[in-house]
This record gives sequence, C-alpha cells and structure tokens, in this order.
Amino acid sequence: MAETEPPAAAPPVIFTAAGIRHGMRRAAWLTIGMAPFGLAVGMLSERHGLSLAETVLMNALVFAGTSQIVALEHWSHPAPLIGPLVAAFAVNLRMALMGPVLAPWLDRLQGWRKLATLHLVVDHSFALSVLEMQRGGRDAGFLFGAGLALWLSWLAASTVGRLAGGVLALPAGHPLFFAALAAIVSLLVPLWRGRRDLLPWVVAGIVALLVARVAPGSSWYIIAGALAGSLAAGLRGGA
Amino acid sequence: MAGMMGLEGATVAAIAAMAVATYACRAGGYWLLRRLHPSRFLRAMLAALPGALFIAFVVPALAAGGAMQWAGAAATLAMVAATGNVALGIIAGTGTAWVVWALR
Repeated sequence: MAETEPPAAAPPVIFTAAGIRHGMRRAAWLTIGMAPFGLAVGMLSERHGLSLAETVLMNALVFAGTSQIVALEHWSHPAPLIGPLVAAFAVNLRMALMGPVLAPWLDRLQGWRKLATLHLVVDHSFALSVLEMQRGGRDAGFLFGAGLALWLSWLAASTVGRLAGGVLALPAGHPLFFAALAAIVSLLVPLWRGRRDLLPWVVAGIVALLVARVAPGSSWYIIAGALAGSLAAGLRGGA
Repeated sequence: MAGMMGLEGATVAAIAAMAVATYACRAGGYWLLRRLHPSRFLRAMLAALPGALFIAFVVPALAAGGAMQWAGAAATLAMVAATGNVALGIIAGTGTAWVVWALR
C-alpha cells in the first residue's frame, strides 16, 4: 500500500494523455458489463416518455445508472422534481465515500481537470483507480480516462436503448441484466488484499444484509456496510 | 410527448436536480475530508473501504437473488481468480446466469 513509501521520495502525481489512454484501455473491458445496464436505462426512458434529447441529457449529466432506474420507475408526466432528486441523492451517496479514497490523486488536480474527473467517478472507474494506486500509479489521468471510457459507452448504450425501446423489450429478470452485477463481482477478486480483508469484508456483508432487511428499497445498506467494514479495519489498526 | 429532440421544462428541471444531487455526492465526500490530515486510523479505514463498499453492494443483491445470480457470481469469481481478467469473468458469469435462467 501507499503508506509504506516515504512521502519525501514519492514522485509527484501527474495528469498525462498517456495516463488517460491507459485508463481508457483498462476500462474498455468493463464496458461489456455496463452495456446491458445502459440499454435498460434507455428503454426505460422511452417507456416513460423521455425524448431522445432528454435521454442523452440525463445520461451525460447524471451518469449513475441505478439512481436513474429508481427515478424513472417512479416517473410521471409532467416530470416530478422531488422524487428524482431524492433518488439521486440516496442511491449515489455511496460515491461520497469514494472521493476521500481518491484524494491523493484529486488533490493534485486543478480547474476543469478536477471538476471533470470528479464527474467521471463511478463504481468501476473508482475500483480500477484504487487498484492502479495500489500498484503505485501516480497518473491521475488514469481515473479520468477510465471514467471517460465508461461515460462514452454509457451514452452509446443508453442512446441505443432509447432508440430500440419501442422495438425490443427485455423482461426485468433477463440474465443480460446480471452483467451489471457481474461487473461489480468481478472487481472483488483484484480488490482482495489478502487475509487482512477478511474482517472488514465479513462485517460489511453482515451489516449490509441487516440494514437491507430493516430498510428495504433504499441503498443505505451500501453506505452502512462500507462504513462498518472499513471502521472495523480502522479499529483493528494497521493498514 | 416522447419526440426525438423535444425538451420539456419539467423534465429538464428533474434532470438538472438529479445531476446536481449526484455531483454533490461525487464531490461532497472529497471536499469534506480533504482538509483533514489523515491519521493512521483514517488511512487504515480508507484502505479497507473499496472492498467493503463493493461487498456491501453485492451481498444483499445476491441474498435477494436466486440460483441464477448465485451461479453467475460464482462463475464470475472463479473465472477472474483463474485468469485475472475481469472481462472474461463478466462473460463467464453472465453466460452461466443465462444457462441457469434457460434451464429453469
């Protein structure tokens, strides 16, 4: 981990085109898992009366699929305001936990680079960047590039879904949608840091299960599980 | 409604509200914590956070799922552990889920 290196000797964090390309290449494969998810969001947009332009606008600016599905499932005409706002905040609050982990890179970015990179933080670009940091990566362009690749493929998939929405419709339980969960599950293997992760992972899993049972229909369980698991690691001490 | 290029006021307002709330989540945690000098405790916490976050995401989803999700997740983990390639894991997992779904 980064803690082991002497701070004075650490090379500075940079933001280069090579880093952006590297991040884009690493994320390219994960877009396979995101594509069915994007298609589903596009189809849902069509079913709830969003125009093509509105669909593209939502996917470009929000870029957070689960919250979009939750909001669209409760859409009405004319569009509600409070429901989508609450859905976006409650479902995406887990992203607030990602920023502090990415701080060693984000701290060194200025202006548009920082603002744009923050917008491109999603589960997959976050996980890939954490792995890159653990390998000693110092190019924050990696995070931007990984997010950009996912953002572009997300726009493409959701636009295709919006256009195809009237023609083809997959049932909600279709196995293609499992690809989105598989993309998250696949990241667990490289994220496993060995036996020291056993305690935080078990605590996170148990707390998430309990909170999911107590408060179904929200995603507080993700935040509660993540905080409880990492708190267990912090209380145990060491890194 | 549902034309191609139409933009309705209420819809654009809803999208803007979602965009602002989501960006606040993305940037908010970072802005709140960047002023703190991370202690040893906080560093250990942040280092364990990514794995814990994804476990908290996956475990309840699997608990709520059936044989399709369990078989797919197992195939995903096994493939990534064997090859180190997350794309092969996603393909193997989704393929396995599809087989289980078709066999029901």
